[in-house]
Amino acid sequence: MNGGLIGLAILMGAVTYPWRALPLLAPGVERLPPLVLAYLRLVGPAVLAALAAVNTVVVTDASGRASLHFGIVLPAVVLCVAIVAWRRNLFLGLLAGVGLAALSRAVGLA
Amino acid sequence: MRRQLREDVPPLTGATSLGIAEARRRLIADMAGIVVSSGAFGIVFGLAAERAGYSIAEAVAMSTIVFAGASQFAAVGLVAAATPWPAIVLLTGFLNARHLLYSAALAPWLRRVPRLERAAMAYVLTDEAFALSLAHFRRLGRVDVGGYWIAAIGSTFIPWNVATVVGFLVGGSIGAPERFGIDVVFPAAMAGLSVGLIAGRREIVAVAAAIVVALVVAVAWDPHAAIVIGGLVGPLIGLALVSAERPG
Repeated sequence: MNGGLIGLAILMGAVTYPWRALPLLAPGVERLPPLVLAYLRLVGPAVLAALAAVNTVVVTDASGRASLHFGIVLPAVVLCVAIVAWRRNLFLGLLAGVGLAALSRAVGLA
Repeated sequence: MRRQLREDVPPLTGATSLGIAEARRRLIADMAGIVVSSGAFGIVFGLAAERAGYSIAEAVAMSTIVFAGASQFAAVGLVAAATPWPAIVLLTGFLNARHLLYSAALAPWLRRVPRLERAAMAYVLTDEAFALSLAHFRRLGRVDVGGYWIAAIGSTFIPWNVATVVGFLVGGSIGAPERFGIDVVFPAAMAGLSVGLIAGRREIVAVAAAIVVALVVAVAWDPHAAIVIGGLVGPLIGLALVSAERPG
């Protein structure tokens, strides 16, 4: 292709940016009621946990149908979470999780 | 209002005494694994784009203008299948809707940042930038605009774009990232950062509910919708089931 997809990239960017920007640019954030702020405080951990869970155990087949799959990624993520909760060190947790997955695959366990 | 906000957005477990240098050191340590993940998947995207017939300019345009991995990967497949552009654009909007939640959650922190700078900050708001910067702000107990830029640009924008070019040019000679466990990095980083944001029972309930709701919706309907719905419903359940706690 010869540059035509740059137009597609611009359109895709144009529909993505408002999601990223609207709440940040909306006036009146300072006047939100405490209950809404309490809700927004919970959105962070909740949406990250949902993102992590879906990326850990949900697989999609060629027809687009999703199902649960409990492979080596799950114990690797659980190990990472345990280390983060214990040591408050994400990098250490990631090293352990990646190491577990890589090692398991190298020896044919996963 | 400031007092109200500070009570409502408590710092991460006893870390308010951190100075900015120490907090940024921790931020950069948190970024290390995410840089590897962004780089690895950027390489895979560059390679996929090259194989789908993109020019290098088109691949780079996707990574700099759209700058959203899931929709970029989806577009590669859809372009290869000659899907009409309106359908691709519509799907992109749907896939990236979760960014609305990130933006809303960061808005109270960034309310004193000049509007123009907030508009620029929004451009580089990704899963990773959100997770890293929110954890950083909570560690500090206040906003750090420089920290946001470090997280957004350093963890994702630069690695993702550089890796797109590398993947396009030489990706075929690099082995599958799964072999090195790189596929674990993204979900593990998101899960680990989520744990770091938990400061009480409300967060625990919200997180648990978000996971259950997301998995049910993912299997019953759509994995991308599941993330948004889990992220919206989990906090509602947390608020409904757990009464307000005093922070700290």
